[in-house]
Amino acid sequence: MRCVGYRHLIPDFSVCNYLFKYRLMKKELQVAALENGTVIDHIPPQHLFAVVSILGLSKVKNSITIGFNLASSKLGTKGIIKISDRFFEKDEIDKVALVAPNVILSVIRNYEVCEKICVELPSELMDIAKCPNPKCITNNESVSTRFKVVNKVDKMVKCRYCERVFEADNLIIR
Amino acid sequence: MSFKNLVSIKDYTKEDILRLLILASEFEKNPNRKLLEGKVIATLFFEPSTRTRLSFETAVNRLGGRIIGFSDASTTSSSKGETLKDTIKMVSNYADLIIMRHFLEGAARYASEVSSVPIINAGDGANQHPTQTMLDLYSIYKTQGTLEGLNITMVGDLKYGRTVHSLLMAMSHFNPTFHFVAPNSLAMPDDYIIFCKKHKIPFFIHENFTEEVINQSDILYMTRVQRERFTDLMEYENVKNIYTLHNAMLADSKPNLRVLHPLPRVNEIALDVDENPKAYYFEQALNGLYARQAIICDVLGIDI
Repeated sequence: MRCVGYRHLIPDFSVCNYLFKYRLMKKELQVAALENGTVIDHIPPQHLFAVVSILGLSKVKNSITIGFNLASSKLGTKGIIKISDRFFEKDEIDKVALVAPNVILSVIRNYEVCEKICVELPSELMDIAKCPNPKCITNNESVSTRFKVVNKVDKMVKCRYCERVFEADNLIIR
Repeated sequence: MSFKNLVSIKDYTKEDILRLLILASEFEKNPNRKLLEGKVIATLFFEPSTRTRLSFETAVNRLGGRIIGFSDASTTSSSKGETLKDTIKMVSNYADLIIMRHFLEGAARYASEVSSVPIINAGDGANQHPTQTMLDLYSIYKTQGTLEGLNITMVGDLKYGRTVHSLLMAMSHFNPTFHFVAPNSLAMPDDYIIFCKKHKIPFFIHENFTEEVINQSDILYMTRVQRERFTDLMEYENVKNIYTLHNAMLADSKPNLRVLHPLPRVNEIALDVDENPKAYYFEQALNGLYARQAIICDVLGIDI
C-alpha cells in the first residue's frame, strides 16, 4: 500500500490506512451509501428504467439513488438502484427477473449488508407487462394483464386472456 | 363465484368431457325438454356467426328458455364506444346466462370475471371455441363408439385454425395418434408440437395429402384456409386451394373412417364426397345442438 501524498504529513501508518479507507468510502459515496434500505445491483443498463417501472419506484416517496452506465466487471456497464428505508417482499422483487434475471438485491441495515437475495421469475406476472398480441382483450380494454410463467428456464409465459405463449423477453413493460 | 363458465376447453377435465358426452346423448334421444322454463338467455354476438348462433338459439328454444341479445354489434352501444365490461355488467342484470362471441381474444375470459351470471364462450377471435370442440368430440364418440386410441388426421390450416388446436388439447386425454397435414406456412404451431412431445402423444407431420395418410385414419378432420386470419393476402392465395378431398381418395379408407369439418367449407371437400356415407360434416353440425344443450344445462347446474 502506498500513501505517497500523505507520508510527509502523517508518519503514522494507521492514520494512512484510515485515509485510504476514507478515499474508498468516498468513491462509494458517489452512489450514496444507505443507512437502511435496499440496493438492487447488476442491472443491465438497458433494463434499468424497466426495473424502476416494474417496482413502481416513480410513485414512492422514499429517497432513491439511480446509477446508470456504471463500470461493472461482470457486465461491462451496469445500473444500480438504492432505495432508502424500503424493503421488498420476495414475490414483489421477483418480478424484476422478467427483465434482469441476474440482479442481486442487498438488504442494508445500519450501513451493513445483512442479506443478499437473488431473484427468480414468479409463477405469475400481474399487471407489469403488456401482451404482445394486438388482438388480446387486454390491449383493447382497461384490463390488468396476467401472465402465467409456464417455463422458468426458457422464460416462457402464457397470457391468461388470449392464452398465447410468449418468450418473456418479448413482453413490453407497462 | 360458485357457478361454472365455459371459456376454454382446457377448463374441462377428462371426467367433465365424458360426463357431457353422456348428457349430450340424452338430449339426442329427446331434445325437447322444458328445462329452461322461466329463464332468459342472452346471446351476444359481437362478431357475425350463422351456425353457432342458430345452434345455440335452437338449443335454448328446445329447452323452453327465452332469448335476448344481438347478432350485429353495430346496432348496439358497442358502436358508441361502450366497453365490453359495461355491456356484460348490464346484460348480466337481465339474463340467467350469457352466450357470447367476440372478435377479441380473451374477451370471454374477461367477461367471466366481470359477469354475475355464467358465460359460455361461442368463439373469441382466433383463440377458443370450446362448444365446437365439444360437438367434435361428441361426433367422434358417436361414430367411433369411443374416444380412446384413435388415429386422427388434421388437414389444412393448422396454424390459425382454432378448432384443430382445441380438439388436439381435448383429445390428449384419450391416447390419440395425430397426423398433421399442412403446408409449411400453415403448419401446426410449435406450442402444440411441444405439447404433444411433453405428453408423449405420437404425431406425424405431412406436407402431402395422400391416400396413404387417409387410409390409416379413423377421423379425417378437414379445415378451411381462413382468409380473414391472413395479414398477407399473397400468402393466402398461395395456400387457399392446397388440399382438396375427392370421393375417389376415400376408396380404400377404413370402414369406420368419418370425415369431419367445422364448416363452412369452400374448396377443401369436393361436392362428390357429400354422398359418401363416410361424410359426416352435416350430422356433425346437428350434434352441436345436443352438445350445446348439455353445456347450457351443465353451466346452469340443471340436472336432467
